[in-house]
Amino acid sequence: MLKIFRKKRAKSGQSKQDRGILVFENTTEVIKAENILTAGGWSIEVKGPPPEIRSGCDLVIEFPLIEELSIIRELSEVNIKPVQVVPVTSVLLEPVDLLHEKEYGKYLMVRAANMKITVDKETQLIVNVSGGGCPDVPYLAEQMVNKHLDSAPHPRDVGYTLCAYALQIAYERVVKLCLV
Amino acid sequence: MLGIVGTIPEQNFPLHCGTAHLDGDHILIEDESIAINRGTPAMIAAAAETLSYMGKPHPFCYLVGDIGNGVGCKNLYKYLTDHIADTALKTLALHYFQPDLGLFKQMLTAIKAMPGPPILIADAGFMYVAKMGGDASSFDLFTPDAGELAYLADEKAPHPFYTRGFILHEENLVPDLIQKAYQHNNAANYLLVKGATDYIASKSGIIAQIDSPSEEVLEAIGGTGDTLTGIVSALIASGMDIESASAKAAKVNRIAGFLAKPTAATQVYDIIKEIPRALDEVLRSGEEGKGW
Repeated sequence: MLKIFRKKRAKSGQSKQDRGILVFENTTEVIKAENILTAGGWSIEVKGPPPEIRSGCDLVIEFPLIEELSIIRELSEVNIKPVQVVPVTSVLLEPVDLLHEKEYGKYLMVRAANMKITVDKETQLIVNVSGGGCPDVPYLAEQMVNKHLDSAPHPRDVGYTLCAYALQIAYERVVKLCLV
Repeated sequence: MLGIVGTIPEQNFPLHCGTAHLDGDHILIEDESIAINRGTPAMIAAAAETLSYMGKPHPFCYLVGDIGNGVGCKNLYKYLTDHIADTALKTLALHYFQPDLGLFKQMLTAIKAMPGPPILIADAGFMYVAKMGGDASSFDLFTPDAGELAYLADEKAPHPFYTRGFILHEENLVPDLIQKAYQHNNAANYLLVKGATDYIASKSGIIAQIDSPSEEVLEAIGGTGDTLTGIVSALIASGMDIESASAKAAKVNRIAGFLAKPTAATQVYDIIKEIPRALDEVLRSGEEGKGW
């Protein structure tokens, strides 16, 4: 009960000054942590790391600093441990939010940043995945192409990198346009 | 000889170095047979078709299995740092890979220390990490698409995922983005920008534009950018200068796409099969595909 109350408080009273970031070993850990914390109702956002801790294909989780202990405890219950927890001291990079849509007859392509997904609107089969540069992109394509939108694995569940995360954003838009 | 570095989308594919041969819709390297889909296998296949047409040696490939967790890439970064100088390479094309700034910089230092360093081409993950680390100008050619060009043009983005919306906006024309990328030293000496119109550019500006034949759906087909990178890398390794190779490769890729009669559901192997015919159209008798 207390936990629920605290989460609600965090959602309503946030400002950049009282936000911190959770830094993880890799993007997979970030995605797992995001799933756990979102399902738990925490007020979190996935962002780009500040330059001083950037190493390559990075994401961090921005969270209400005051809830640090509870959040760390919740993550430790599923064996997820951030490598660093630091206060936000500069403006963090926002993930891509501008999507492009293009129709080729019965096919619809959606692009998010460098990732593209194409679906047959009549059969709702994923017919192509393209773009990207991280090694999970060809892997994701193998897993998703020729699958129905309903049954294809989600990029965020089987991918590891920012390209997978961008593909997830494109995938969600396609689902919204074709299934909802 | 053309060297190619990239990944295979299998977790257990061990690190392999060797000459790659085409065998129908598969690539053979050492004792491995790899299906040609998108990604590095598509790039290798396109390069191998082109080199074969040009009568040049097969590409020498450095490959490792990686499904995105970066484990295989880390091993190959380290291997390349220690062994890249063991093979004489005239051109080196770097492809799908996990960006890791520290390991990339070590590898780049080793490449630059090679006696007669190769012409350096980067696409995909290697292009991302080269820009991320401020090393774009160490490269001779990048082959971005429109989304990736916007990333190169955004001096603040460390990965295409963070490209700011006002730069990604469709109203930003390719020439403006090219100019921005060079303004912030985030482009290679040459750019071959893939898209509805292909652009070849350098710091001095746009050198050439290729827009025919036009098959809009190619943008949706996974691997069509990879084939372009493979063709241009092979032409450069065959001795062509970067400007000519880029213009001819763009034309060859477009004609191969056209000949495959594509839909948005076409798979890239159907286009790769047409590369020899497309090369013939562009290169025979110096016609350079003028009929297209």
